[in-house]
Amino acid sequence: MKKKLIPYSIILTFLIIFAVFYKSLKDTNIYTPETKINNDIPIFSADLLLLNENSNSTEIFELDKFYLLNIWASWCVPCRDEHPILMRLSKNNKLNIIGINYKDNKKNAKSFLDELGNPYEKIIVDKNGTNSIEWGAFGVPETFIIYNNKIIKKYIGPLNNELLLEIQKIIK
Amino acid sequence: MKIFKNFVIIFLLMTINNINANEKSERNEITKNLRCLICQGQSVYDSDSDFANSMKILVDKKLDEGLSEKEIYIYFKEKYGDWILYDPGLNKNTYLLWLLPILIFLFGGAIIAKSFILKK
Repeated sequence: MKKKLIPYSIILTFLIIFAVFYKSLKDTNIYTPETKINNDIPIFSADLLLLNENSNSTEIFELDKFYLLNIWASWCVPCRDEHPILMRLSKNNKLNIIGINYKDNKKNAKSFLDELGNPYEKIIVDKNGTNSIEWGAFGVPETFIIYNNKIIKKYIGPLNNELLLEIQKIIK
Repeated sequence: MKIFKNFVIIFLLMTINNINANEKSERNEITKNLRCLICQGQSVYDSDSDFANSMKILVDKKLDEGLSEKEIYIYFKEKYGDWILYDPGLNKNTYLLWLLPILIFLFGGAIIAKSFILKK
């Protein structure tokens, strides 16, 4: 009995080790954020760029409407790349585009919009980056699709033509 | 009387200092347990990236709002998922991590019991 027990336990140990390593072989070390979430939008109040007034989340986001929230900054190069796509989306009547101006200065933000056009209905000023963190953002650029005060989709990084089609499909 | 007055003033100054230090250390304690998601292998406390600096400001804000340490962890977990916490909770991906030490302890205990106690 004792003679059999030792080889069996060795085999069992190796099997467990094999299983653990085999399982973790498939997992990536690199953190990939979840893009499909169903979180409620944060409650906040913030200044608006261009309008010089204060607003809050319930004023900006109404129910039963699709919103696209885009985090951008004038110093962010990928934001420049995705800007034509936002301009195209802004022509769609079903979608309201809201911007968050991330850690930017007002003058640069304004000249960015003068140069490339302004797709945003309202722009929230996020001077110290805390508003973006409350949204669960990582940096710029980042885009959220919001419906009924819930974040239904999140895109990290610049938008491209493929994502443009996907967004148009979602809001149909 | 004058000496007493001076003592009171010094005492007050010292306690104010102490309060400030406590607030800061609570913030540091919390940010040490939060992972900076855009930096590799750094906590929010260690990092000086844009993301980490904003997180620090937000932790301060939440402390001012009166949230406890645990509530702040829950708040960030809701936004960013389990990965933001250095201390993983028990779920289907981490059960082995939590249970293996207990199993090894029981297994070792069984061997000891068998070879020492039962032999007698």
